[in-house]
Amino acid sequence: MSEKLKITLIGNPNTGKSSLFNALTGLNQRIANFPGITVEKTTGYFQLPNGQGVHLTDMPGTYSLYPKSKDEAVPFEVLTNPHHTLYPHLVIFVADSANLKRNLVLLTQIIDLRLPVILVLNMMDQSMAQGYEINIEELKSYLGIPIIPMNARKKEGVIELIKTIEKGVDVSPCTFINTEKPAPIPLDTLKEQLHLCNSYQALLSLQQSIVHIDEKHQYFRPALDDMKANYNFDPGVWQREDLLFRYKRVFEILKQFVHQKYEPAFKRRQEKLDKILTHKIGGYLIFFAILFLIFQAVFSWAEYPMHLIETSVSATQHWLHHHLPKGILNELFTDGVLSGLGGVLVFIPQIAFLFFFIGLMEDTGYLARVAFMMDKLMRGFGLNGKSVIPLISGTACAVPAILATRNIEHKKSRLITILVTPLMSCSARLPVYILLIGLVIPDSNILGILSLRGLVLMGMYLLGFLSAIGSAWVFKLFMNIKEKQYFILELPVYRTPNWNNVWITVFKKVKTFVFQAGKIIVAIAILLWFLASFGPPKKFEKINAHFDSLRVSKTMNESQLDAAFRSEKLQNSYAGVLGKTIQPVIKPLGYDWKIGIAIITSFAAREVFVGTMATLYGIEGEEPDISKLKDSMRNAHYENSNVKVYTTATVISLLIFYAFALQCMSTIAVTYRETASWKWALLQFTFMGTLAYLASFIVFHILK
Amino acid sequence: MKIVSLSELRVGESAIIEEITDQWSSIKLIEMGCLPGEKVTVKLAAPFHDPIAIEVCGNLISLRKDEAHSILVKILP
Repeated sequence: MSEKLKITLIGNPNTGKSSLFNALTGLNQRIANFPGITVEKTTGYFQLPNGQGVHLTDMPGTYSLYPKSKDEAVPFEVLTNPHHTLYPHLVIFVADSANLKRNLVLLTQIIDLRLPVILVLNMMDQSMAQGYEINIEELKSYLGIPIIPMNARKKEGVIELIKTIEKGVDVSPCTFINTEKPAPIPLDTLKEQLHLCNSYQALLSLQQSIVHIDEKHQYFRPALDDMKANYNFDPGVWQREDLLFRYKRVFEILKQFVHQKYEPAFKRRQEKLDKILTHKIGGYLIFFAILFLIFQAVFSWAEYPMHLIETSVSATQHWLHHHLPKGILNELFTDGVLSGLGGVLVFIPQIAFLFFFIGLMEDTGYLARVAFMMDKLMRGFGLNGKSVIPLISGTACAVPAILATRNIEHKKSRLITILVTPLMSCSARLPVYILLIGLVIPDSNILGILSLRGLVLMGMYLLGFLSAIGSAWVFKLFMNIKEKQYFILELPVYRTPNWNNVWITVFKKVKTFVFQAGKIIVAIAILLWFLASFGPPKKFEKINAHFDSLRVSKTMNESQLDAAFRSEKLQNSYAGVLGKTIQPVIKPLGYDWKIGIAIITSFAAREVFVGTMATLYGIEGEEPDISKLKDSMRNAHYENSNVKVYTTATVISLLIFYAFALQCMSTIAVTYRETASWKWALLQFTFMGTLAYLASFIVFHILK
Repeated sequence: MKIVSLSELRVGESAIIEEITDQWSSIKLIEMGCLPGEKVTVKLAAPFHDPIAIEVCGNLISLRKDEAHSILVKILP
């Protein structure tokens, strides 16, 4: 068959749409953004038994076609614009069968758009447990559309759905539009003027007064405005009346076809769970215990796979280095591309662990309770309950964390969350912290049990968190976005987790990270490799000649010579030149030009600091010995002076610098993408840089 | 019967929705099932009674105090 069937999956939030989507397409799905906006679009592909290909699009969950957020605008756009590339041949409407009152309101809107629709009554097991009895046959003939009872989590009903799609579906003969109240509008005239297929499309266009008036049809705008004025058409009033009217119709329908036989024990169990999990004290303790578990997983359990990835990447590098023909391409590939790739892969375990837990919390319905509990606290800082998850995710990596802000409807809160999330101590800072703390903090215990170094490390995390919410508060004061905020949130029914959904979430997040941040990290790694391996030709010739003569004289052994050669080359490379150029700027913070080089190379990812230092101080071997590096750093002096570089003042100043500065190209890129403007990305970079510089400066001069 | 705002109800108390005074958030609230004439019960409250979670139309919905303030209700005995 030639043309693919375009099907759209739509429904209220928490109706199990993703479960059905996953059941239909498996891993055969693509995540992209809707063009021009940052709403995630998940598309998938599957084949009907007759060979017809189906292109399935999952819409963000929405309660009605009156959009109030970016997410909700998408289904509106797609379903009301026949010229939209995703305008479907068929709609699969997923309803929570235990909550038909609310779910069917949106269905009546879809029916009024005269789209062929299949009604999937999902979560039948739950509606039965709650004592509901649905007369499916009669409801089917009343609405004139196919109805499929389903338990998408158990894949029950999926085959029947596929069969129904294959058979083809007609448009329902019902209409639900209230054309009389508040004012009658000549919808047919409007429909013809706008070249739309039906009256409800026309009414929706009038009400939004924008949408499909593309460039070509701009001249309709005055006509629409006239019509609005003539008929005294107030979209808000009209939407309200329309929804109330639809609810009334739905109540009538449900009275006829749905009966609740008994009050269920199910509800009492749910209420009991809520009393415990959102308890004013206990609820917070449980949440912090869960957080502790997540941190344990991200920082302790993830270490094993991370170590495995690190060693296999460096073994591969080593092997290729010796087995590929020597020369510049070899170095580009092993030191540039592979080390960049290693820098991407090493974060996968932490991100996978983090999103495993977040996926689990989301799938069970717990996440909404966290937002409920934390909202008041976060609100004081210009954030809202939904900002908690991005901030926690920021402790692994700011890139997926910023992507996790998408479900924050309120624009200002979302923007502030994006801006401050990179202040949370991400895992790339950890190796830097460990090296620096080990350099000046004595390895002693306080009260016999608490390691001093551990405490300082914890302090760095606390500093990250405090600076994040502190900056949020400052942004709240200065950011001039007037948008009314509401925090009306459904607390969905608790469910046992569907592991399939959780794994697919993990898979999608890791994939997003690898492709979003990965591309940039690899590109920057190559650029930095170039800066660090090449320098002004004259200097490099001199170094080469010098080391050639040293090699002949054999005063040093091979590996000492190699380390000294690499160090000399880096010091005189373009990166070295840059480091020396910025020296006057960083001198007041206590840094020498070697630190300058490391700050520059850190832009690929902060942990590159450690490797750069190892190279600069001529530490031998493929995997540099950290204790040797520490010794060399302890003995380092400023150029032409006998003052030591790594005093407590310098090291603490450097710790502060790494805590605050936005040395991460991937974060800059993802902020740009998510806010769709360079303005916010630049603001974020500048404010974090300024904060880092000033704080380090002050700390250095106090401790000096 | 007395008409009060929903924010004045304690956890466990029920009422019938009379009207929603805030035009802007009313559409969102109606979508979620907060319809005039429906029974509403306050189920949970975060510290400082903000936000609260109400049951209406078979849904559990969290709202902030401000939003609850705009919903006028008749208290059920």
